[in-house]
Amino acid sequence: MKASRPWLAPLLSAIFLALFVGIWFLATQKGIAEVTVDPEYAALVGQAAATGTKSAMPTPGEVGAKVWSHLRDPFYDRGTNDKGIGTQLLYSIGRVLLGFGLAALVAIPLGFLIGMSPLVYKALDPFIQVLKPVSPLAWMPLALYTIKDSDISAIFVIFVCSLWPMLVNTAFGVASVRRDWLNVARTLEVSRLRTAFQVILPAAAPTIMTGMRISIGIAWLVIVAAEMLVGGTGIGYFVWNEWNNLSIANIICAILFIGLIGMLLDTLLARLARAVTYRE
Amino acid sequence: MSAFRNPFDYRVRLDRHGCSCGRHASQADHDHAEALEARELQDRAVEGAVMRALFPQDAMRRGFLKAVGAGTAMAALSTLFPMGLAKEAFAAGSGALEKTKLKVGFIPITCATPIIMAHPLGFYSKYGLDVEVVKTAGWAVIRDKALAKEYDAAHMLSPMPLAISIGAGSNPIPWTMPAVENINGQAITLSIKHKDKRDPKDWKGFKFAVPFDYSMHNYLLRYYLAEHGLDPDRDVQIRAVPPPEMVANLRADNIDGFLAPDPVNQRAVYDGVGFIHLLSKEIWDGHPCCAFSASKEFVAQNPNTYAALLKSILDATAYARKQENRKEIAAAIAPANYLNQPVTVVEQVLTGTYADGLGGVKKDPNRIDFDPFPYDSFAVWILTQMKRWGQIKGDVDYAKVAKEVFLATDAAKLMKELGMPAADPAKPIVVMGKPFDPKQPAAYVDSFAIKRS
Repeated sequence: MKASRPWLAPLLSAIFLALFVGIWFLATQKGIAEVTVDPEYAALVGQAAATGTKSAMPTPGEVGAKVWSHLRDPFYDRGTNDKGIGTQLLYSIGRVLLGFGLAALVAIPLGFLIGMSPLVYKALDPFIQVLKPVSPLAWMPLALYTIKDSDISAIFVIFVCSLWPMLVNTAFGVASVRRDWLNVARTLEVSRLRTAFQVILPAAAPTIMTGMRISIGIAWLVIVAAEMLVGGTGIGYFVWNEWNNLSIANIICAILFIGLIGMLLDTLLARLARAVTYRE
Repeated sequence: MSAFRNPFDYRVRLDRHGCSCGRHASQADHDHAEALEARELQDRAVEGAVMRALFPQDAMRRGFLKAVGAGTAMAALSTLFPMGLAKEAFAAGSGALEKTKLKVGFIPITCATPIIMAHPLGFYSKYGLDVEVVKTAGWAVIRDKALAKEYDAAHMLSPMPLAISIGAGSNPIPWTMPAVENINGQAITLSIKHKDKRDPKDWKGFKFAVPFDYSMHNYLLRYYLAEHGLDPDRDVQIRAVPPPEMVANLRADNIDGFLAPDPVNQRAVYDGVGFIHLLSKEIWDGHPCCAFSASKEFVAQNPNTYAALLKSILDATAYARKQENRKEIAAAIAPANYLNQPVTVVEQVLTGTYADGLGGVKKDPNRIDFDPFPYDSFAVWILTQMKRWGQIKGDVDYAKVAKEVFLATDAAKLMKELGMPAADPAKPIVVMGKPFDPKQPAAYVDSFAIKRS
């Protein structure tokens, strides 16, 4: 693609979107099916059952209308179990940031330690390797049963899952700081603490940021599943509640919003990462 | 208030019609009117006490009353002082509520009707309670949250308090079940593709879903299958699936049918993916299903709050029992805050006029009913099935467990206070034509051909 035509990529994106919506629209055309049952019965069952069509897939128009209705009033509060999608997203973001922040507080210093000491690295490695691949949802029942607080359990699960990528990346970044720079620092008799902050940290910062980006992505993935299990508040609860109601249109809305927020979180960290990169 | 007639009252009529004073149709009506009168007097006394406490000097009080009038004074006082609460607390007898802000968990199914509707229809606030009803994702979660004291009380399946108390599946924790939420109200729903297989003998190899292992659904489905000669553990597969996921699984052909709480059955019909094979009342008419439960610790530490909570549930249950209120209740509990279902689905379940999924409209006003009394015999029956299917091993003291968990005495006392009809201690239990004698539980377990113990 030539740089002289900056509008080409957005145009292509728009065409893809139009194609996708077009196919979706055609696939969900229900047609005007005849009501095949008596009117008394038809009044008691849904459109699908009354006309004999089984498709529950909403049309793009229906989903569009739902998205609009959510956007128009995102922060309503109609009782404990019925809050606007904006409020639900804020609950989820809050949990993710809390769990992720706590994980960063633990993972980055610990990663530093592991990266700087080959001995600690070797000693802790088996634990990290075993715990890293454990699915977040496997932690959930254990957390619920031991912590005995569903809110803290959800945050704990986020914490546990966002810990490992940050830890591993920090350790890797710290361990692979170029020897030359450390040697220069040593010949200049810079103190260990100063070396850590002024040589190693800036050098490892891009790798640490990569770890944080992976972590927040995982945390945002996990929160939906965790909230679906625990219930109460959050976008995961919203999805579960709409599943209860078998409202596919609302679930599609939620997926859209989850995707957008995930993108936003990632973009923010990417910005941060760009701010700490350096040219060699 | 007393159910017994005063033997020293010469005005008591000897014939059984009418009451002692002659102004009421029956002694019960007389007692009820008397109770109301007593309550009225009690309320006046509370108002008087508050007034006197605020204006200790007679002259000043009279001056104030003269200036604004008694009605205005009372209204002004009520805005400053929670008069309703004070009256309620006084009427409760043994003092104030230990705790007024409560959290009660529920699963979004029609069995929870009394727990849920008590919120929008104001039964909790009537007894001075500020209850938050929290929708919960599944039975295991509701158990964990109740055990973790996140909930003060919770909607459970009636076998759950028994399972928790005897420690089936976890450590034993004394749990109580002071009231049954609903009786009947479940159904066997099959995928629409099986509409010609109405004989259970054709069901070999079917995959069924029930909401939880310790549930009436599980026991009733197993009973039904076994009576038709199918071994529920070998000839079919029964899995625990949360109610909301059942319809989606049925649509996806992942399961062939389920015995589930409503509105799930009706929702399958509404969506055109299933039909109602039979209502659970056709297996055992009047069977208990869901329960209102609390830990023994909560009951012991907060006796007044517990009594107020139980009264609001009993009141709500009595209200739900009346057919004429069912439409109003359906409209109140259908919104997203509670069941999150189309109103017509909830209404069909509660009114009993429903589409069966095969093109017919059926009428059965007792499809779901509400009778709060926790009969010991129910508990014993549930325990026999736990024993029958190997969920509990060894010797079971059926009667003792039943008595400790099902708080029948409390329910009876409060029901009497609320003027509800007394329970029948000799209520017969007949499951698929076979009578059950709660005094012979072991013999009952042994009498089945298909069993695991």
